[in-house]
Amino acid sequence: MQWQVTDVPMNTDNGDINSEEYTPIPKDQFQEELVIKPLHSGDIYASFQFRTIWDTDFSHGKKGMSHYRLFPKSLGQVISKFSVRELHISFTQGFWRTMQWGQPFIPAPPGAELWVWFQDSVTDIDSTWKELTNVLSGIFCASLNFIDSTNTVQPSASFKPLGLGNVTDHRFLRYATLPREIVCTENLTPWKKLLPCGSKAGLAVLLKSEKLFHSSYHSEAVHIRTVCKDWQCKSPAWELRQSLNVVFDLYTSGQGKKEWSLFKMFSRTLTEACPVASSSKVYVDVTDNPQGELFDLSPATTLYSQAVVLGDRRTYSVYDLTKPETFGTMRSLNPLLRWKADAGDMLRPLLHGERYVAGFGLQTGEIHTLIYNNHPYRAFPVLLLDTVPWYLRLYIHTLKVISKTRDNKPSYIHYQPSKDRVSSHLLEMLIQLPPHSVTEVTVQFERALLKWTEYTPDPNHGFYVGSSVISALVPSIVAMDTNNTQERPLFSSFFPCKEESSYFMRVYTEPLLVNLPTPDFSMPYNVICLTCTVVAVGYGSFYNLVTRTFQVEEPSPGLARRLANVIRRIRGVPPL
Amino acid sequence: MGLLSDPNRRKALINLLTRLNTPICLVCYLAGIAWFMGLAFEPFTLRTYMSENAMGSTMVEERFPAGERALAMGREFAVHKKKANGMPVDWLAKAMQARGLEVFTQSFSRTLPFTDEIKERYMVKGTNVYGILRAPRAPRTEALVFSAPCSPGSNDNQAVGLLLGLAQYFRSQIYWAKDVIFLVNEHDLIGMQAWLEGYHHTNITGMDWTPLQGRAGSIQAALSLELSSDVITSLDLVLEGLNGQLPNLDLANLFSAFCQKIGVLCTIQGKLPRSDWDTAEGYTHAVQTMTLMVLKQASGRPWGDHGLFLRYHIEAATIRGINSFRQYKTDATTIGRLLEGMFRKLNNLLERLHQSYFFYLMPSLSRFVSIGYYMPAFGLLAVILLLRALDLWVQLGTPPPVTEDGPAEFQQPSGPGMLSVLTPVVISHLTGMALYTLPVRSQETAVEHFPVSETEAVVLTAIAIYTAGLALPHNTHKLLSGEGTEQGWKVLKLVALLYLAVLLGCVALINFSLGFILAVTLVPIGAFVTPHVPKALSAVVMVMLSPGFTLLYCIFIYQELQEAPVSLIEGWMIFLSVISQGILDHTLYGSLVYPLLALLIYPCWLLFWNILFWK
Repeated sequence: MQWQVTDVPMNTDNGDINSEEYTPIPKDQFQEELVIKPLHSGDIYASFQFRTIWDTDFSHGKKGMSHYRLFPKSLGQVISKFSVRELHISFTQGFWRTMQWGQPFIPAPPGAELWVWFQDSVTDIDSTWKELTNVLSGIFCASLNFIDSTNTVQPSASFKPLGLGNVTDHRFLRYATLPREIVCTENLTPWKKLLPCGSKAGLAVLLKSEKLFHSSYHSEAVHIRTVCKDWQCKSPAWELRQSLNVVFDLYTSGQGKKEWSLFKMFSRTLTEACPVASSSKVYVDVTDNPQGELFDLSPATTLYSQAVVLGDRRTYSVYDLTKPETFGTMRSLNPLLRWKADAGDMLRPLLHGERYVAGFGLQTGEIHTLIYNNHPYRAFPVLLLDTVPWYLRLYIHTLKVISKTRDNKPSYIHYQPSKDRVSSHLLEMLIQLPPHSVTEVTVQFERALLKWTEYTPDPNHGFYVGSSVISALVPSIVAMDTNNTQERPLFSSFFPCKEESSYFMRVYTEPLLVNLPTPDFSMPYNVICLTCTVVAVGYGSFYNLVTRTFQVEEPSPGLARRLANVIRRIRGVPPL
Repeated sequence: MGLLSDPNRRKALINLLTRLNTPICLVCYLAGIAWFMGLAFEPFTLRTYMSENAMGSTMVEERFPAGERALAMGREFAVHKKKANGMPVDWLAKAMQARGLEVFTQSFSRTLPFTDEIKERYMVKGTNVYGILRAPRAPRTEALVFSAPCSPGSNDNQAVGLLLGLAQYFRSQIYWAKDVIFLVNEHDLIGMQAWLEGYHHTNITGMDWTPLQGRAGSIQAALSLELSSDVITSLDLVLEGLNGQLPNLDLANLFSAFCQKIGVLCTIQGKLPRSDWDTAEGYTHAVQTMTLMVLKQASGRPWGDHGLFLRYHIEAATIRGINSFRQYKTDATTIGRLLEGMFRKLNNLLERLHQSYFFYLMPSLSRFVSIGYYMPAFGLLAVILLLRALDLWVQLGTPPPVTEDGPAEFQQPSGPGMLSVLTPVVISHLTGMALYTLPVRSQETAVEHFPVSETEAVVLTAIAIYTAGLALPHNTHKLLSGEGTEQGWKVLKLVALLYLAVLLGCVALINFSLGFILAVTLVPIGAFVTPHVPKALSAVVMVMLSPGFTLLYCIFIYQELQEAPVSLIEGWMIFLSVISQGILDHTLYGSLVYPLLALLIYPCWLLFWNILFWK
């Protein structure tokens, strides 16, 4: 939904260009683009997207799938073998700082996230999911094989299919996150291999790991879904979208100077487009800089593109890599942004969430989730998805939703309690956020005592709780300002335009690190020895002592007397 | 155990224990004291060693260059602090922002139960300013805290300067795996308490604070810096926190490792380590250092801003710069490098500090005594109470040599015996309750009727109730049972002995020092008191060994060891202020020493007092 809203204007542009260049539309095509967005904090955001579209049908038979051209074979096989309808996977190192950076083009939680919609022909979804995660683990060199029933959930409302088809039965959906997953070059390399040009040509030459990981935020993702083949939408096509988002830090990468170039960011410049790409472009966000008073962009370009991105109308300078004049006399493209003035304050993002654990001690605690609606006058609903592992036992009766000091009753709650060692808690709520407010969702929990084999090798590090997901249709900024009459003709601006009036947005909160009561693992030996000794020696004999009565025993009589007694008993005389 | 299941041998053993009870108790007491004194003897102690592998030897390089600039920032901070007459919030927020931190503020207010005369405050209002350095690729799950106080006068400006300097330097580094929170707290511990409560969203002391806007996950470790001069001669490490909690020993090891690496003179309790352990001076020095630690720990106060972190399971220590008349001076760059090194090592941590000891005493910075070594000293004292109790138990259990109805008669006095035991127990605890609640509650009445300030009123009421308690209970049992029986006081003493044993045992587990100091003074009382000892002399001895006088002795010893001996009058004044501080610590930070003494230890002592005057 998000991409449909945001990309509609861009895609029509691309479509025009494509139809001019390639009259017979090939069965598969590849597009690449890089968006560079200077951020208010002085950092710089670079977002790569590579899109392969292929109008084939993986689901029917094996015919036509043996020959792969641009679409990576490894993923094609995964789609057909596991009857995948949609697959979204992301690996993220770092946390997207919404308050400083605004909204990302493609949000992702820290660590790994995987969600898959299966075809309704799949019968045993759980085992298919298990196999799929193991296969993907091999493809992406990640620990996705640690996804099991304890961290998989089936959200009922938060994750709807983004592609064609309106199956909404969440039985076919599986969602899992691994907040602890660490992303590094070993994940980047297989990701790059999925590209038709690899990292040999086109925008992918910039993807050098020594720079990409020297950054504040790094997120790579693969999204597979079905889209319309053409505007008539008679038959579907498969879309593979690979995206890589990276934020370079002003102080650590930029040496504190507000001056960015491709070379400074990636230590490479661009010299050519990927030869098989039908479109290859670099966009630089110049919205805040219409007259060039904020920063200089060189080389200058005459090509501009406008798009409504995340509810905001943005202007981009475009460098088209398929045209030789883009590279100039130097035969290379190295856009340079040099600041002249200080950027003003950023508009507060309309939706923003954060989360923390309150309380101290190792017995109980409280999870606080704060959701900010910074819109001055519009209320809007959000869907909150919380997945909490079973070892935090949620006291769901303590669930409180409070906005503006008043109780805010969620209009929809879907709660699936956890089962120890089997499944995790799933809590989904539809909450109406009043305008200009903070909504606080609190729930108390108890920390479970694990069995001693269930502790991780580093139990004192703590245990992770994945990010909660806030999904919302946010009122657009474009619809928000009613004074915006200079750019648009009057007749178009009386009613708020309907497709721009709100946009879909997903916000991930930070994951939590929670300490569980942990035994001192250097102690078990001592403890076992000590308790065994105490039990054996102390308890046993004390028990003996307190349960018995002691009497002084007469010394046993001699043989003669015993014989005499026997005789006396027979005679009926009292014994001696 | 075969020994005990044989009645003859059991009898023999019990006979031995009862016959030799007094000598054994005497030996145990002397052995306990001797053991404790032996702890400071170097051959008996262990050398500190780093247990945490992630902080292993020298894997980080310290490159902090900008000590001078940091001091300049400190001077600028001083100017703005003077102008704002308190925390220069705007200036500090801007300064932190300029260094690329995410800056947040928290304001708080707190009304003290009565005026704190040492720090001259009653209504406290302030603002904490903190900036978060976000680790480049970490998802806000872990954090380290670096704090410096914004204290009145010209104190600690250099600490804030160095904090800003380090923030700037840290910001341009790529290696951070944990967020670093730079906190400048106003009104020392009150501000720190407000910040910690806000961060963890709990309210344990009824303070008003505004909720925090920015957080950085679970805090792994914290360092607090106090620095009041441009150059220093030595750095002192302060470990003792609230209720005698100590941070993990690895934090102290880390500090001393960097002291050695960078070549800074480092002390603990303000005392340099000495190498001449085999001389009398060397040994005395170690004993002094350890005794200082014991006294500080027993007080249950946070001895630096770090002290409040420990409640939240955050390992924390205060580093205090000391400028004395030594020749060799260390500049701010070197201190900065030391802190940088410590933070980088803490940043390398994979788990919370947990490998090393949490219970230890330090006779010098490089030597420690672990719980396994110091507990026997306490155990030897505590066993006296049990031996005495055993003796009484046997005496009570032996039927008096009378006729055949003996057992039946023996049952009878236990009926009124129960009552005569219960009454003093209840009454002495009620006195304890009064001692706990009345001083603060009745301060207004006291101020109305007597020409004293509120603080004096509180302290003097406490002392008055304490003294009145001596007069109260020993007359009560007569009203109930007419005359106290021999059986009666024995039962009461048995109860009191076991009560004291349990009490001291629990205290020593939580706060060894407090438990040990109380055991040293209370165990002799418990051991010797009977109604048959000379009344006047015993009463004097008992009063001299009561908890109140123990506190007075501790003050004199502490002052003596700090090399600031005081006269009797000064000592008395300090005594008064320590009582008020104890009550304040309890209400402000939740220190447990005052309620412990008032509600449990003092009533227990009253029980023994009651036995002495049993008629």
